[in-house]
Amino acid sequence: MTMENKKVTDLRDIRLHGRGGQGTVSAAALLALAAFEDGFESQAFPKFGSERRGAPVEAYVRISHTVIRAHNQLYRPDAVVIQDAGLLRSEPLLEGLTPGGLIVLNAAEKPEGIDDDFRWVCLPASQIGERHIGRPLPNTVLLGALAAATEWVSLTALEQAISNHLASKGEAVVKANIEAVREGYELSKPNPP
Amino acid sequence: MKQLLEGSLAVAEAVRLCLPQVVAAYPITPQTHIIERLAQHVANGELEAEFINAESEFGAASIVLGAVAAGARSFTATASQGLLLMTEVLYNIAGLRLPVVMICANRAVGAPINIFSDHQDSMSVRDAGWVQLYVETNQEAVDTLIQAYRIAEACGLPVMVCMDGFLLTHTFEPVDLPTQAMVDGFLPPFQFSRTLDPVRPMTLGGASEADNFQEYRAAQQAAMEDAMPVIEAFDAEFNEQFGREHGGLLQPCHLDGAETVLLGMGSLMGVVRDVVDKLRDQGQAVGALRLRCFRPFPAQALARYLASAKRIIVLEKAISIGAGGIVAAELRAALHQAGITTPVESVIGGLGGRDLTPDVIEALFQKSSENEAGATFRFAPDHKSLTRQNEEAMNNG
Amino acid sequence: MDNRDPFRYNVLTSGHRACSGCGEAMAARMVTDLVGPDAIYINATGCLQVFTSHNQQSAWQAPWIHSVFANAAAVASGVEAALRIKGKETPVVVQAGDGGTFDIGLQCLSGMIERGHDVLFVCYDNEAYMNTGVQRSGSTPHAVRTSTSPPGQFSQGKQELKKDVISIIAAHNMPYAATATIAYFPDLKAKVEKAMRIKGPRFLQILSPCPLGWAHDSALSVSVSRLAVETGLFPLVELEHGELTGVMRLAEQKPVEEYLRPQGRFKHLFANKAGGVELRHLQALADARIRRYDLLNVDTQWDTETAMQSERHGRGGYTVSSAVREVK
Repeated sequence: MTMENKKVTDLRDIRLHGRGGQGTVSAAALLALAAFEDGFESQAFPKFGSERRGAPVEAYVRISHTVIRAHNQLYRPDAVVIQDAGLLRSEPLLEGLTPGGLIVLNAAEKPEGIDDDFRWVCLPASQIGERHIGRPLPNTVLLGALAAATEWVSLTALEQAISNHLASKGEAVVKANIEAVREGYELSKPNPP
Repeated sequence: MKQLLEGSLAVAEAVRLCLPQVVAAYPITPQTHIIERLAQHVANGELEAEFINAESEFGAASIVLGAVAAGARSFTATASQGLLLMTEVLYNIAGLRLPVVMICANRAVGAPINIFSDHQDSMSVRDAGWVQLYVETNQEAVDTLIQAYRIAEACGLPVMVCMDGFLLTHTFEPVDLPTQAMVDGFLPPFQFSRTLDPVRPMTLGGASEADNFQEYRAAQQAAMEDAMPVIEAFDAEFNEQFGREHGGLLQPCHLDGAETVLLGMGSLMGVVRDVVDKLRDQGQAVGALRLRCFRPFPAQALARYLASAKRIIVLEKAISIGAGGIVAAELRAALHQAGITTPVESVIGGLGGRDLTPDVIEALFQKSSENEAGATFRFAPDHKSLTRQNEEAMNNG
Repeated sequence: MDNRDPFRYNVLTSGHRACSGCGEAMAARMVTDLVGPDAIYINATGCLQVFTSHNQQSAWQAPWIHSVFANAAAVASGVEAALRIKGKETPVVVQAGDGGTFDIGLQCLSGMIERGHDVLFVCYDNEAYMNTGVQRSGSTPHAVRTSTSPPGQFSQGKQELKKDVISIIAAHNMPYAATATIAYFPDLKAKVEKAMRIKGPRFLQILSPCPLGWAHDSALSVSVSRLAVETGLFPLVELEHGELTGVMRLAEQKPVEEYLRPQGRFKHLFANKAGGVELRHLQALADARIRRYDLLNVDTQWDTETAMQSERHGRGGYTVSSAVREVK
């Protein structure tokens, strides 16, 4: 028997950057779960290796209409989510980002001195996260922003993914993260034409 | 129902559904998430089993050896250095003909120490007498784990399910977890005819000498050969009951009319499939063949599948240092035995986590870069330099 | 159907291939008959495994398994775990030599005890690797000749002291650890029976003379092991949860020479002056053990600390410590 003959089409690749402890890998899992909730095929994986609190962390998500068969790393993201703007100074965060690609940045505004063709969505996600969650956790806020800016996943699916994936952490955590993802979404909705 | 699960957690669920009564392990990256989840299942009462925190992988393998000999279905998992630390016991389990099932979360072997995926660990114990099944996806890991217990207990052989560390164990992807009733319908309760029991005292593991030792080995070899149709039959039966099959011993991809065929094992075959599809769309007669069952080695089936290929490439993630490709060498022998004279290009890549990207796979298909004169193998090109070259070519052209 | 005759039944039956006078065979016969056939026995690689399971001719009339050298305690852990989950109360007994206990098997043994498995671990201690032809082990006493600690111009046999394994085991805070020997069957019987009444990990170290390796007359196995006790070199003790709870006291202390003389493994000590120093060192070690366990009141010029020292000088050379020389 042969495998299904599916083509690689409509693949969306997302790369997430953060520091150990910011929930970067969790955010990747939530995004993939949400895409899956929406009926897409999806895949999430961390930059392989050991995680150390405070150290730069990367995680990746693939979203597709068709079965995802690749199990290799991801080099040409369509969007980059940056949980710590400070990393822009030390890490090649925009490397491989496709032309016209999206950057979702945890910062009040786009840093000065970057001249590019990318689309920037900036919001103070740590402050928003702290308001809802009680800790400066930007990850679900940024996912809301990504969803609003791209419409690759729905807000409903993100909320569902949060409910399922974070259920073991208790109702309060789920509720706070759903509020966080909603605010991130609302703040980042594109202006009506 | 499909769920998006981390590979480690998915196979841990599969282990739970097989109802092992003893789980023993020692932590090692990238295997650890599997046993952590099983420990939690035992702690929550979701799996009625003894969870034994071994003092080493050598101990863990020995504990499951004892548990199976005493009549309990058991499970362990390890990788890399841990598997090599188990080596003596792995041979012993096989020699005692104990139906132990384990997962090897494939990882490189040091030095230099490296936690990333290649196949050096399980390939190093290929002669130990274990069935070795290499899986491509987390779904296949789940399904193969369930099949593994059935194979082990039917054939009296230990089975090692080899899943790529990180590439599978740490990746979230959709997995259809079967229900307990479905697994119960496929996997009968544990039975072992030589259980240690005072009612029927038996001596297991006595000494042997020159006049019968070879017969023990011949019996193991015969059991391995007999296991091949069993592995195929159980995969087919699994397909009937679960609606999924994984190729039994070998899984072809576009072999129809394929002139160039790439043979490989494990998760790297996903990218290979994507590349084969792309090249086929461009009208190239390429195909791929996935070696799922490395032990027993399906020499005759390989020769059948590859009889009409004009070019054969073996890509493998392990090296027999001082010799070269392991699968390639065995394939050459199999083809020679079958009277097939097609040369086998042996390529070694993906060592220590080096990424095998579509560019790399495409380069292997495209270039008729045969091994240098006298060389039995070559290393796969590095993906970064390859990408750079491609970009430069595009800019110039 | 169980058709075993309880009056003519040995778990370790006759016809095995042990050497004449084998202390380990005697000890194993005693232990396994005391435990009985309704138990599962796990054997480490070693003499006992070789002479009882030779070439499809098993001497075991109880379920018995041998895996490899180092892992007997781990195999027993697995057997015990399987029985526990199945709700069976079949006793589990490990038998190992001193190599499988003191050295290569120590890690698995420590793990088994730390995890609290309900297993009796019996070490038949013959103080060297006898199965492979008498090489030195961690259990080999000071100054013993073995094939890998030979006496020579710069050597008086094994330089180091015998590993104090009973203290290492007892330090796991385990329910019961004891020493015994074949010369005192009532004592050994009491200890096996006591061990079998206790749940959890239990440990017996049984001194088992090896006529081949110790180079004594095969007829002397029992008397040699008695002398080991009477000289104070091998105290019979019991420890429960790490505390000393029993010792076999000595009516009198015999000089170590009475123990050493019949054994060829100490012969070199009687050949020259340097050997004479070691004889006094061995006497001091016996004295130290007697003081430590208060086996009787003895007064010697060797305090425990001095006796427990041994150090190396020069290129592979060998002398007793300066502290020991001063005593002279």
